[in-house]
Amino acid sequence: MMRRSLIVDTTLRLVFDAAIVLALYLLFAGHNQPGGGFIGGLVAGAAIALRYVAGGPDEVRDLLVVRPWTLLGGGLFVSAATALVPLVAGLPPLDQRAWSLRPPLLGDVKVTSATVFDSGVFLIVVGLVLMVLEGLGDDPSPEHGTHVPADATAGPAHEGRLGSEDRGEVA
Amino acid sequence: MPFALLALHAVCGAAALLGARWLGRRAFVVGAVAPLATAVVLAAGAGPVLDGDARTASVSWVPRLDLILDIRIDAFSLLMVALVSGIGVLVFAYARQYFEDSARAARAAGLLTLFAGAMLGVVTVDNLLALYVFWELTSITSYLLIGLDDTKAEARAAALHALLLTGLGGLAMLGGFVLLGTEAGTFRISGLLADPPGGRVVDVALVLILLGAFTKSAQYPFHSWLPGAMVAPTPISAYLHSAAMVKAGVYVVARFAPAFAGAGVWRPLTVTVGLVTMLAGGLRALRPFDLKQLLAFGTISQLGFLVVLFGIGQPEATAAGCAVLLGHGLFKAALFMVVGIIDHETHTRDLRRLPDLGQGWGVTKAVAVVSAASMAAVPPLAGFVAKESAYEALLHGGAAERWTLAGIVAGSVLTVAYSARIVAALVRPALVRDVAPSEPEPGPDPAAHRGHAAHTAHAPRLAFVAPGALLALTTVALGVAPTIGNRLIDRAAGALDSEAGAKLSLWHGVTTALLLSAATLVAGVALFALRAPVATMQARLAPRTDGRAVYERAVHGVLGIAGRTTAVVQSGSLPVYVAVILGVASLSTVAATVGAPWWSGMPDVVGRPVHVPVAALLVAAAFATVAARRRFVAAVLLGTVGYGMALLFAVQGAPDLALTQFSVETLSIVVFLLVLRRLPDRFERRRPALGLVPRLALSATVGVSVMLLALAAGGARTAPPVSAEMTQRALPEGYGRNVVNVVLVDIRGMDTMGEITVLVVAAIGVTALARAGLRPRLRRARAGRGTAPARDTVGTPPAGAPAPRGR
Repeated sequence: MMRRSLIVDTTLRLVFDAAIVLALYLLFAGHNQPGGGFIGGLVAGAAIALRYVAGGPDEVRDLLVVRPWTLLGGGLFVSAATALVPLVAGLPPLDQRAWSLRPPLLGDVKVTSATVFDSGVFLIVVGLVLMVLEGLGDDPSPEHGTHVPADATAGPAHEGRLGSEDRGEVA
Repeated sequence: MPFALLALHAVCGAAALLGARWLGRRAFVVGAVAPLATAVVLAAGAGPVLDGDARTASVSWVPRLDLILDIRIDAFSLLMVALVSGIGVLVFAYARQYFEDSARAARAAGLLTLFAGAMLGVVTVDNLLALYVFWELTSITSYLLIGLDDTKAEARAAALHALLLTGLGGLAMLGGFVLLGTEAGTFRISGLLADPPGGRVVDVALVLILLGAFTKSAQYPFHSWLPGAMVAPTPISAYLHSAAMVKAGVYVVARFAPAFAGAGVWRPLTVTVGLVTMLAGGLRALRPFDLKQLLAFGTISQLGFLVVLFGIGQPEATAAGCAVLLGHGLFKAALFMVVGIIDHETHTRDLRRLPDLGQGWGVTKAVAVVSAASMAAVPPLAGFVAKESAYEALLHGGAAERWTLAGIVAGSVLTVAYSARIVAALVRPALVRDVAPSEPEPGPDPAAHRGHAAHTAHAPRLAFVAPGALLALTTVALGVAPTIGNRLIDRAAGALDSEAGAKLSLWHGVTTALLLSAATLVAGVALFALRAPVATMQARLAPRTDGRAVYERAVHGVLGIAGRTTAVVQSGSLPVYVAVILGVASLSTVAATVGAPWWSGMPDVVGRPVHVPVAALLVAAAFATVAARRRFVAAVLLGTVGYGMALLFAVQGAPDLALTQFSVETLSIVVFLLVLRRLPDRFERRRPALGLVPRLALSATVGVSVMLLALAAGGARTAPPVSAEMTQRALPEGYGRNVVNVVLVDIRGMDTMGEITVLVVAAIGVTALARAGLRPRLRRARAGRGTAPARDTVGTPPAGAPAPRGR
């Protein structure tokens, strides 16, 4: 059972949703302001990493119904599709287009196909972070190899394993 | 049409290979279609070709590399085709009788057809590079054929031996071809020979080409693969090692000689190598008791003879060479066939153990005697006519030719001796049985079949003997009435060398050549009669090592060197690898910048005041990372260095870069720590692989080289930067004000596509690697708990339930 830190949990509740909103903002604003798909994805990834620190891999798994590899594949599909769709119209691949729309509440909005490409990138980066946390995030168990430190100044046994101080005990 | 014939070979060969299981022996019929068609078609169209009007066809394969598949069938090609396809058909017929009905027979048939096609390509193409391609195809198919019985270790070893030697020669030949082609300005053989270039480079090229030809035609010192290749089934030996493959080298010598023989090194080299081969091969042929080995050395000797005749490059010798070429193909193939028949029926190839071949063996014995006699140049056979013309050609030359003639006569004496050995073994076995063994037998142990040999002398079927008989009949016909083949040989020689022409006849009158022939026969028979003392003397004088031992030692040596080099270069020590990589990278950078004019003036040390604290942060964090004792601390400090970089970007006015760097650095620290959890907390104090001073020196070099690179890159710009244009076009054509993002998504969008694909692959790789060790543990843990963990459902486990353990 993970011993959850109250401070981290509270911070998480405040910060996480804001960070995701910030990430989405960076994604959509990227074409005209500093930002873009990579940066948005990284910010979202950082928020997810914070969630991991708070609650372990389970917390991350509970975040989404979708599996990380689905996100990865979906993102790649979206980006590739955006790159290939112009071919259908006889244009070179990755030819971007812009549309001007007038949705009721927002007024004049310019939408470019680059944003679709960028969202594919966003999904991939988020999926990468999720995959890494999924793959590397599990608690290491005793039989996975505890190295006894070579020098004699090793402290009490529980200090010999990095990161176990917060966790209480090992599975 | 010629392309169709080549394609037909490929198709028939593939069909035989694919249908191996169903066809069995009938695959030989399928395979024989290709050479038969070739022989028929080319014979039908032979008229104009023989009159000098060569048949050409052309297909452009890779024009930029000058790899144009030109085909040019002139009279010499026709002569070679008569050997390759004509004898090929007979070999197929023979092989059908030889092999048992099995998949292996079909495989042999398919490979033989493919080989025949490759050989056809060698003798008909008119482009140097295409010639090389077909040459290597013959090497590969012959490798597969020699190692046909791939369950036997000695077959595999022999096949590899042949492949390595001929492959090495082939590579040298390719080098020679490329040099020659570039010097001459054309890769078209006919054009090259019409106007041959000269000079030092051409000499080197010719030596390389000769190297290739010598390895293929088993000349000394590259002959060692041929006796070993006798492990292949006899039909394969009959085709490859008498009529076809070994003739490829001779073909190249013949083609190039008339144009290049006068140039310095060609004539001395070919004549010397050829003579040495002829004499050494002949001497070796007196020793073995395995009939196939005897024939192998005999072939080596005859190939030496051919190389001498063609290598001289003079018209008469060339014509004689053509005659010998044809004669040799006829008698050697027939002899191999007879040996195969004997092996098949009596299960032994050892001449000492042959049973008395009585009833029903008459035709076989006759074929053998006729072919051996042709080999020994006994009149009135084709071999005699050919050798007479060779003697005549050499007698008409200068002093050098007389010496060559002396060598040839000596070689011919040996030829007569070993031919007599073969004849005696078959006709009067008692004659050869009493000689004590003078060398250990390579190949299958004949003693194993001794029990069988005496009893099963079952006479062969007529269909089995027929191909050999046909060859023997041709030998007789060409000898008794040489005018039959005269047109072909005359025109073939003429195609090679426009001054050459042949006037073959059986009786030229009592000439010196005739006396020489008579003397050769007498001396040879005498040598055979004195075989016992000759054998003892040979045994005493024989060198300790032979070609095969040299080859094996060479291969062993190469592998040893490779092992030692790998032990040094791939020692497994991470510090050594990193040191080598960093050392080479930094030193080459330093070397490149020191030499080039890059110094554009010393940049300002401090650009803006805010740079100072950022630089101080970077440097301090870097030093602290090196000094850290705990892994965790080192990782965080490394992250701090990254944050410093991000600050630098922000200060320099690059918000996207700064944002990206901050985020990436944060995530990197998290991932770093995820991995570092599994390692001990503190760095282990172990003795490093490199001392302190080398490490400091290397680090200093890397630092200096990076600084030099940065300075040089800053001042290296010669053209206006493309970023100006990007900034101009970003809004109108990219629909965005953020130039960086427009570059990422639009202008260099394909790069981004590549990068995200790499990210996907990296993600999958990380998970796979991380999970690789965990999987068995997970399975065990799940089995222990009994219920599958709730991993695919949303929501935390209900309160009060035991926490999942042992993940």
